[in-house]
Amino acid sequence: MEKLVIAGREFSSRLFLGTGKFDSNALMAKAIEASGTEMVTVAMKRVELEDKEDDLLTHVVRPGIQLLPNTSGVRNAEEAVFAAQMAREAFGTNWLKLEIHPDPRYLLPDSTETLKATEELVKLGFVVLPYCQADPTLCKHLEEAGAATVMPLGAPIGTNKGLQTRDFLRIIIEQANVPVVVDAGIGAPSHAAEAMEMGASACLVNTAIAVAGDPVAMAAAFKQAVEAGRTAYEAGLGLQAENMVAEASSPLTAFLNE
Amino acid sequence: MKVWVNNKEVETAAVSLASLVEDLSLPAQGIAVAVENRMVPRTQWADYALSEGMRVVVVKAACGG
Repeated sequence: MEKLVIAGREFSSRLFLGTGKFDSNALMAKAIEASGTEMVTVAMKRVELEDKEDDLLTHVVRPGIQLLPNTSGVRNAEEAVFAAQMAREAFGTNWLKLEIHPDPRYLLPDSTETLKATEELVKLGFVVLPYCQADPTLCKHLEEAGAATVMPLGAPIGTNKGLQTRDFLRIIIEQANVPVVVDAGIGAPSHAAEAMEMGASACLVNTAIAVAGDPVAMAAAFKQAVEAGRTAYEAGLGLQAENMVAEASSPLTAFLNE
Repeated sequence: MKVWVNNKEVETAAVSLASLVEDLSLPAQGIAVAVENRMVPRTQWADYALSEGMRVVVVKAACGG
């Protein structure tokens, strides 16, 4: 499997993990390990003064893992820039998953504000990985603005519905000069494998692993699916026939009753 | 003096952001501090004087995808 390179950094794993929705931090840490991921997202929240809960970072920060702070909760580019500066200060990394979703019902990314924020954040020295609509034109604009990747959604976030946007993802992958990370909607290892077979550079998975019956086993299953899908892509898939006419892989010599 | 930390009124003897962070027993690492919606780098905390009614926000890591 080829290494994934983002902003000059090499990754052996093409599976990115989110840290939301796990039953406990300990379980999350085990899932991170089982997934083999080298990129883990974290959000930010206000500190509660009397609350002495254990620190999430102690369960996430490991050698070889790139922390990817997100800007969840911001509603526009201005708030995103503020959140990014807070994240860089808190976590000591200039890597950023830019997500701007003003609508709390569907959490769909705001394309206009995302593009604007990407332009500003790149100027401020951030490595910007924007979560975005599966819009090929937007993805080109994000790339031109200096985004390190584009992260189009497969389906609305948390829905586990798979690659509902597959036709647009294909166009995005074909046109992109930066890695394409399919983010949101991936609900099963087969969805991740499909994305990788299409030529996606990586998948970001959270809900499908976190809410599985056994998140650690599911993390391992996603690891295998992403590796299988990528390996298949690199091996070169056989073309699919447009018609339904069978083409045998065994010789059809009628040796029994000739 | 009284300042607001994450929308809570806090009575403190601290005179700088650095001493406020210490006073509130906040961890030195893994947090970011903003005053009036502007991030203040930790290198400036010691010299950043508190004033009455100042609005401070302190954030840390949370679970999220």
